Amino acid sequence: MPRHARNAPIRVLIAKPGLDGHDRGAKVVARALRDAGMEVIYAGLRQTPEEIVRAALEEDVDLIGLSILSGAHMALFPKVLTLLKRERAADIPVFAGGIIPDEDARRLRKAGIRAIFGPGSSLEEIVTTARKLARSAQ
Amino acid sequence: MTGPTRPPPLVRAIVERDRRALARAISLIENGAPEAAAIARAIYPRTGRIPIVGLTGPLGVGKSSLINLLVNRLRDLDRTVAVIAVDPSSPFTGGSVLGDRIRFERPATDPGVFFRSMASRGEAGGVAAATREVARLMEAAGFDVVIVETVGSGQVDVAIRDIATTSVVVLVPHLGDEVQTLKAGLFEIADVFCVNKADLPGADLARRDLKELVGLGAGRAGWSASVVATSTQPAAGIEELWNAVEAHEQFLDRTGARALEERRRLAVEIVARVREFVGRALAARLERDPELKRLLDRVVARSIDPRSAAERLGRQATRR
Repeated sequence: MPRHARNAPIRVLIAKPGLDGHDRGAKVVARALRDAGMEVIYAGLRQTPEEIVRAALEEDVDLIGLSILSGAHMALFPKVLTLLKRERAADIPVFAGGIIPDEDARRLRKAGIRAIFGPGSSLEEIVTTARKLARSAQ
Repeated sequence: MTGPTRPPPLVRAIVERDRRALARAISLIENGAPEAAAIARAIYPRTGRIPIVGLTGPLGVGKSSLINLLVNRLRDLDRTVAVIAVDPSSPFTGGSVLGDRIRFERPATDPGVFFRSMASRGEAGGVAAATREVARLMEAAGFDVVIVETVGSGQVDVAIRDIATTSVVVLVPHLGDEVQTLKAGLFEIADVFCVNKADLPGADLARRDLKELVGLGAGRAGWSASVVATSTQPAAGIEELWNAVEAHEQFLDRTGARALEERRRLAVEIVARVREFVGRALAARLERDPELKRLLDRVVARSIDPRSAAERLGRQATRR
């Protein structure tokens, strides 16, 4: 079933799973995506994987962006992917940003995280990737 | 177009409380997708029975936090509730940051709650029509109450009146002196005034000013607005706020005002849809239809003014 009319804005959920309180990166990305014409549902800090997946479903997003700086990504990201699968919503692409060691990033990509942005990534690159991922899902 | 047709499968899924179907249908309505008309038509007979509670008021008065607490209150009363939270779209990029979900703290496992953020996209009238259809979808999905939060805005954000059965205007202390309450706009549409952040100094004064305003007879259809004081951290007055909403809903039923108000809202909705429809069709035809093109040429050449041209078109369109 076609998801959206053509030219409908891309809807993206930006959330921070886990317990760290460093949301500056998530906010900067949210703003960049907004300025690129997207509708950004900003779910904020300390979201459980369950809350994130619920928000993604209710908001009918085209894309999920997760930001994490606590080091718990190997536990929390796969949990989000598992829950999406359980809800038959594995078609929603997930990308991530934060402090994620290369080895972990490789494993997370293999697990299904579609793109991972570390420190120094350009906003332009993030926006371009987000748009590409969202359009592929629509 | 009309008449008995089989409802689209999506509608059946919505009625069977499939949350993802509801979410998807809301997108289709919002986007004006080709499927939207069939969905709206199929659900309409199932709607119009539940309270639609609108919260409006200036930026930062605590509408989202209040809604979070109202949702908890309704869940305690064993009523299911769906929330529509509208935030502004950028008039420049069309983008939006929808941040009302941050205040939303229900357990992720509660199926009795559904929260949806909406960007305001085009102009205010259009938002109202789309919001009404989204609220109907939520009713068709079995929710007992819908709460709508408007864009936090200024003095004339009165479109909520064309959406909600009960309009709550949320204010905080120190928004201005009592002359502010005499001004037109927000103060005219409240069924319930809510003075939030009532723990702050000045709350009593604000409440008194509002009560005085209500005493002057600002209400409509024989209802004089109630005034409630609330705060969200820590929570206080939430029960009173919901009771005030319920009292207004009961008033609507008792007096027959519900049917009259609904009739007025539906007329507004139809006119808004027609305006959108005709406006779009006309904009497309102005450069293509030879006759309209000639008319536009004459306006450009200053031989006829825009108002007269519009009147001529309008007369043609509405001739019986």
